[in-house]
Amino acid sequence: MNPSTRSTYLRLAPTLGVLTILLGASLLYGLAQSFGYLTIIGESELNLTAYQNLVSGEGTAGREFWVSLAFSLWISLTSTLLSAIGALFLATLLNHRPSRLDTFALNWNLVFPHLVWGVGVLLVFAQSGLLARWAGVLGIIETPAQFPVLVRDRFGIGIIFTYIGKEFPFLTLLILALLRTQSDGYLRIAENLGATRWQRFRLVTLPLVRPALISGSLLVFAYIFGAYEVPALLGVRYPRTLPVLALESFTNPDLHARAEGMAISLIIALIVLLIAGFARAKERTSE
Amino acid sequence: MKRKILIGIILLAPLLVLGLFAFSERWFYPQPFPVNWTTETFSRLLRDVRTLKAILDSLLLAFIVSLLSLIIGYPAARVIGTQEFPGKRWVWLAIFLPTVIPPLAIGMGLSILALQTGLAGTRFGIVLAHIVPTLPYTVFTLAGVFARYDENYEYQALALGASPARIFFTVTLRLLAPGLAVAGLFAFLISWSQYLLTLLVGGGRVLTLPVLLFSAVSGGNPTTISALSLLFLAPPVLVIAATARFLGENPNEIHERI
Repeated sequence: MNPSTRSTYLRLAPTLGVLTILLGASLLYGLAQSFGYLTIIGESELNLTAYQNLVSGEGTAGREFWVSLAFSLWISLTSTLLSAIGALFLATLLNHRPSRLDTFALNWNLVFPHLVWGVGVLLVFAQSGLLARWAGVLGIIETPAQFPVLVRDRFGIGIIFTYIGKEFPFLTLLILALLRTQSDGYLRIAENLGATRWQRFRLVTLPLVRPALISGSLLVFAYIFGAYEVPALLGVRYPRTLPVLALESFTNPDLHARAEGMAISLIIALIVLLIAGFARAKERTSE
Repeated sequence: MKRKILIGIILLAPLLVLGLFAFSERWFYPQPFPVNWTTETFSRLLRDVRTLKAILDSLLLAFIVSLLSLIIGYPAARVIGTQEFPGKRWVWLAIFLPTVIPPLAIGMGLSILALQTGLAGTRFGIVLAHIVPTLPYTVFTLAGVFARYDENYEYQALALGASPARIFFTVTLRLLAPGLAVAGLFAFLISWSQYLLTLLVGGGRVLTLPVLLFSAVSGGNPTTISALSLLFLAPPVLVIAATARFLGENPNEIHERI
């Protein structure tokens, strides 16, 4: 190895070292625990019980596994789809040419961590929330209980609201950034040829942004699928999303539930990695 | 003009909602707006030792995490931003990986590691845990800065006889200052809003502001929740206002980390 190559790798060493040690140790301990290696109760025999429980729907956490998987998929899919549609709509509305104020506005929600955005949804949409109060004043409802349950509801509506609010500005920025790099020639030609607004959208804008929108949406989907805070805050006891089920089993006093919790968490990570990897690969081929 | 006002309202609406609840006093259903206003909730929080400690702890942790991320990430970012070398793709992938794996999976493994090494419940353990999500962003942000950096200024200083230390402080640092500031502020923001890793490694023994806020939400007093949220939002508002120019028109994946 010549000196300059060596110095290159030496400079990479601190970052790669720190990340590899932390990530590697975390993964090893995680895998060990999911295979039933629990030093606290002196269990050192490795087994696949946790994974078998999940697949067959048995055990403390395993019982809920398939329901939670379906619930997680429902929330991630709905939030992502609605965000993507909203982003397409807004990007088209801004006519491909956002002002500085528009981009600032779209970046603005960075100010609100997911946690606070969830709090906002709670304050506005809960049965004693702002909307319920206003509906009461307008005489639409008489008691708070008549207001529909939109937060901490069985369908995860409050969770989906929170994610749409956070993710759709991000996807809008993504689309706008892509459109900015294209000349607006196609649009003008289409306009000159007499294409309607809808035709311009369907035949020009949509094909241009589709690859980036799909890979961006996959990343958003992967993020939501693996996120804990918002569903923990705005969800109900049953059904729970996979991350909530994983963490609550992991901290369960019943030590056997811990292995299952860890196994669920690793399965989530694997799914998220596959989706994100697929998104990256797609991004590369579209470049 | 109308459009500017509309956007302004949309931007301020979340803050207004939080403010409405935070400054209200005995706001009963179905009053559409609070009848009585008070600053008592805020002054109570700011007198409360636990809250004050949480604010201080959060600030300190975020500051140390961003500083460490900059120091650890700087050499790697420089190499990635300015050089081509064999295996660059793999290096990039290795740094990218922690940004995709959910904090849940990382945190659960790290909490066992922390228990085994005696770092559970310590601030140092939490700093280490926070570095996992912040370091990659620091490296990528700085690598982008280095890609537009002209190393010739350094060579010129060298030719004029400046020492390496002098070159670093008078040439490199000054040219890179804005980029370093943005990378540091992003790292600060990610650490500041981190709930899960703090909880898992801190085991509830280190109470940061997000940990307090989360348990307040489960408790359910809207006035306290809103006031805590506003306190929690103060640094991000300042950071985004300061970096708005750099965020510019590119979608930044930091959206998914906060």
